[in-house]
Amino acid sequence: MAANPMSQFDVYRIGPEIKVGAFDISFTNASLFMIISSVSILLIFSMGSKRNSVLPNKLQLLAELSYTFVAKMISDTAGSKAKPYFAFIFSLFMFVLFCNMFGMIPYTFTVTSHIIVTFILAAFIFIGVTIIGFIKHGFGYLKLFVPSGVPAVLLPLIVVIEIISYLSRPISLSVRLFANMMAGHTMMKVFGGFVISLGLVGGWLPLSFSVALTGLEILVAFLQAYVFAILTCIYLNDALNLHH
Amino acid sequence: MIKKIYFQSIFFSFLFFKEAFAAESGGMPQLNPEFWISQIFWLILTFGIMYIVLSKFILPKISNNLESRKSQILENIEAAEKKRQDSEAKLKEFDEIILKSKNEAKTIFNQTREKALKDISLKKEVLDKQIDDEINKAEKEIDVLRVSAPNKINKIAIETSSELLEKLIGSGVNSSSISAIVDDLSKRNGDKYYGN
Repeated sequence: MAANPMSQFDVYRIGPEIKVGAFDISFTNASLFMIISSVSILLIFSMGSKRNSVLPNKLQLLAELSYTFVAKMISDTAGSKAKPYFAFIFSLFMFVLFCNMFGMIPYTFTVTSHIIVTFILAAFIFIGVTIIGFIKHGFGYLKLFVPSGVPAVLLPLIVVIEIISYLSRPISLSVRLFANMMAGHTMMKVFGGFVISLGLVGGWLPLSFSVALTGLEILVAFLQAYVFAILTCIYLNDALNLHH
Repeated sequence: MIKKIYFQSIFFSFLFFKEAFAAESGGMPQLNPEFWISQIFWLILTFGIMYIVLSKFILPKISNNLESRKSQILENIEAAEKKRQDSEAKLKEFDEIILKSKNEAKTIFNQTREKALKDISLKKEVLDKQIDDEINKAEKEIDVLRVSAPNKINKIAIETSSELLEKLIGSGVNSSSISAIVDDLSKRNGDKYYGN
């Protein structure tokens, strides 16, 4: 069972089955790692913001650097109008980052390697951004699908393409994160399996691959969280500053 | 040869594994909807709580900390700038005082010098006057002497010549004739002796 590279993605119940009406909301290993990630984020940032010294300690520095990093990312991509959404994007970035990073520890569960989790996040962003766009611009938000400077002949085609690309945003956003996480972890598991199966003689080559892949996967874990957050900023920018 | 065997073994083991997986797994666990609702529920719960706590309590604190540090640094810079300006002003004042006192010293020096020069010239004048007076006095005395000198000389000459004549001749000579001769001689040579 453990040799199956997909078994690391299995969700199983921890404790009793909890049912609300027809829905099963049992506590699972996925729930456990969501809670671990959230609690570690809250712990780190609450400890990092507890004392306010002019010369920050390590945790305070970490918290403040993360804050300025996300703040700069938002102001660079979405401008100053996106300031009210800072807390959401910050939480989003940190949640995805911590879930990805906790997944890198052996025998843990990667929350973001499940399409349903990333899809719910992406769908929430998509719906939220669309609502913000309609609130800010009314039906003028539909101008997003009509780029300026396009010949009238091509316009029907362009509008259709724009609408499809807009509607595929949540799918591309969620699948990007989910596929990256799943592929990376599967690959690591496969190479780890090779190390065992080839033993002392041939196991060294996949082992070295495994080491390299671990570094790569940590990079990917950060990068995907960053990409997820920055794409959210870009979508938000579309809704806040209508360029077309 | 060893290399070939090595890579072949890796390749075959991969094939073997693939078959094993195919036999074991029933596809991707992600697509099994059994726990979807549970995952959605726990995601909303954990993420929501985390978002609320972060946005209500933690992030404002961090932003506050950053702001207060920024303002503190700015304040310190401002204070330093003010101190610098103060010290510059003080330095200017100090320079001014020194310049002023220098000027004062100069004027005092000049005044004293002028005064001293005046005093000197006054004293000099007095002295000059005194000297002039003395000179005049001396000149007058000399003039008096000059006027009286020929008479005295004549007298002496008459006495001497009468004595000499007495010694030479042995008898007294009429003094009036001698004085007449001496007067005559002295009148003739007067110009020679006194130059006037």
